[in-house]
Amino acid sequence: MNQHLISLPILLPMFGALVLLLSGKASDRSHRRLSIAFTALLVIVTLLLLQRAAGGELTFYALGNWQAPFGIVLMLDRLSALMLSLTAVLALGCVIFASAGDDVRGSNFHGLFQLQLMGLNGAFLTGDIFNLFVFFEITLLASYALLMHGGGKERVGAGLHYVILNVAGSALFLIALGVLYGATGTLNMADMGRRVATMSGDQAALVTAGALLLIVVFSLKAALLPLYFWLPRTYSSAPAPVAALFAIMTKLGLYAILRVNSLIFADSDAESAIQGWLWWSGLATILLAAIGVLAARDLRPLVAYLVLVSVGTLLAAASLGTTAATTALLYYLPHTTLICGVLFLIAELIGQQRGKAGTRLVRARRLHQRYLLGGLFLAAAVGVVGLPPLAGSLAKLLLMQAAEGSARLWLWPLLLLAGLSALIAMSRAGSVFFWASYKGEVAAGKVTRPQLVGVVWLLASAPLLVVFAGPISHYSQATAEQLAMPQVVIQQLLGDEPTRDLVQSRQPFHDQTQGDTL
Amino acid sequence: MEALFALVVGVLTASGIYLLLRGRTFPVIVGLALLGYAVNLFLFSTGGLNTHAAAVIGDSITPTDPLPQALVLTAIVIGFAMTAFVVILAIRARGDLGSDHVDGQQGEDGDAPR
Repeated sequence: MNQHLISLPILLPMFGALVLLLSGKASDRSHRRLSIAFTALLVIVTLLLLQRAAGGELTFYALGNWQAPFGIVLMLDRLSALMLSLTAVLALGCVIFASAGDDVRGSNFHGLFQLQLMGLNGAFLTGDIFNLFVFFEITLLASYALLMHGGGKERVGAGLHYVILNVAGSALFLIALGVLYGATGTLNMADMGRRVATMSGDQAALVTAGALLLIVVFSLKAALLPLYFWLPRTYSSAPAPVAALFAIMTKLGLYAILRVNSLIFADSDAESAIQGWLWWSGLATILLAAIGVLAARDLRPLVAYLVLVSVGTLLAAASLGTTAATTALLYYLPHTTLICGVLFLIAELIGQQRGKAGTRLVRARRLHQRYLLGGLFLAAAVGVVGLPPLAGSLAKLLLMQAAEGSARLWLWPLLLLAGLSALIAMSRAGSVFFWASYKGEVAAGKVTRPQLVGVVWLLASAPLLVVFAGPISHYSQATAEQLAMPQVVIQQLLGDEPTRDLVQSRQPFHDQTQGDTL
Repeated sequence: MEALFALVVGVLTASGIYLLLRGRTFPVIVGLALLGYAVNLFLFSTGGLNTHAAAVIGDSITPTDPLPQALVLTAIVIGFAMTAFVVILAIRARGDLGSDHVDGQQGEDGDAPR
């Protein structure tokens, strides 16, 4: 059982999606219960996997027992375990929030939600690059449907752009895969990394071209500068729980960049080309997103631009390529994902109580539950801006230290500037929502219990990330160190032999006994 | 044969990208389809182009690489599903937005009221 645990993050949501999609006639109530139960189970499974990965061992799982590099392998290391648990925790908050009524505005919300989780988890686990493409597509297909959940002009318009862009992106992804397969003759990421390391001349140039094409595709998913224009409109028109879940979608692009950069293109010609591109476009993303944050006249686009600030920060950190920078990035990642997600949920709660004004930054009627909402908004704003008591400030401090170490100080002014503009924009939004209101009648609407539970579940992560800052930063440092040594993965998965050989490269589950350490 | 193959892939990609940049949903979808064909052909060629080679492992001494064929098959299935989805979405956008322009704006012909 233990050795199969690693496949559960994919199988569990798949099974959940099947049950939920096929039981269309059942009541909404039972759908909600099932969906929450499946997601809660997923949280437990991913936490078990996190615990297993935290020891530093790599777990491989050959699907259908076809051995690497021929079959598809699932690979669990610290990075994928971190992403899996982050996804599950975020998803649980979103699904509880959606159970308050957002889920019945269209059909099959919960089934699609589970399908999206399956795609995300698969993408985080797979060790095969074509399989990564397939899981990307599953994630995208589910996200197309979720984005348009509930319908409406705005959503269909934004959805059309999102879908067309991503279908074009998938075509580029396939071209990149074709180039890489043509140059290396393998699709297993570890095997590919081993071959890329020994290449030179024409083949290396071909690999660099394929690598950059791959980075373009991942930048589109992660919403990096020239390719981010779809994000603000898409995220601000999506239903709140979906937008909150989408906070992890940009991180999927980041994860893919980190993974291919550390495993496949480590120390090759391609790596420096990728890092140069990521550095400048990451910085430019921070700058333009900071302007967008100031210019937004509605809370939802404002939060969408804050997502972009975090994407730019994370990718600029990823391009530094040092262990310290990766540590800071990995510490920042859970914080920023959960806080951006919860901000979309809070925006929805605020919009519910302001009647027609919604989340626009205009004077409107007084909020019904202004102390509750004001408190939640304040906590989330402090988190997202990166002010001291919460983890954002620690993460930024770590990042700036890492940038200082590698003598690339451009990150300093931009990071601080983005923080300042976020502070200004959030204070302005808060003052408009909670202070600049008309006297007299109070808008209708009340925060329901599931909504509150969902928001508090996500928001509680912020203080926890500070209280357990020590263990978490140790974990991120260990993750960064693990990423810096792709040779270990290659050696454990494929053995020591330099060329691929059917007999020698057999390495079933790399070690049966390690499954029992859990 | 390589030159012809490369030319076909190149022309398909160029036409696909040209159409993708048009303003109406129909040419955009045709562009996506053409780009999909170009990508499938390209993937097919990544195992190397052989003549008189067995598809998988047969009597021929030089079998072709079977993996690109499997990849193309996957890509075709996904591409087909995506195309169907985009077509439905475009029809719905035409209905909801009142225009088949990708930005939902009224076209230069003034063919549809907003």
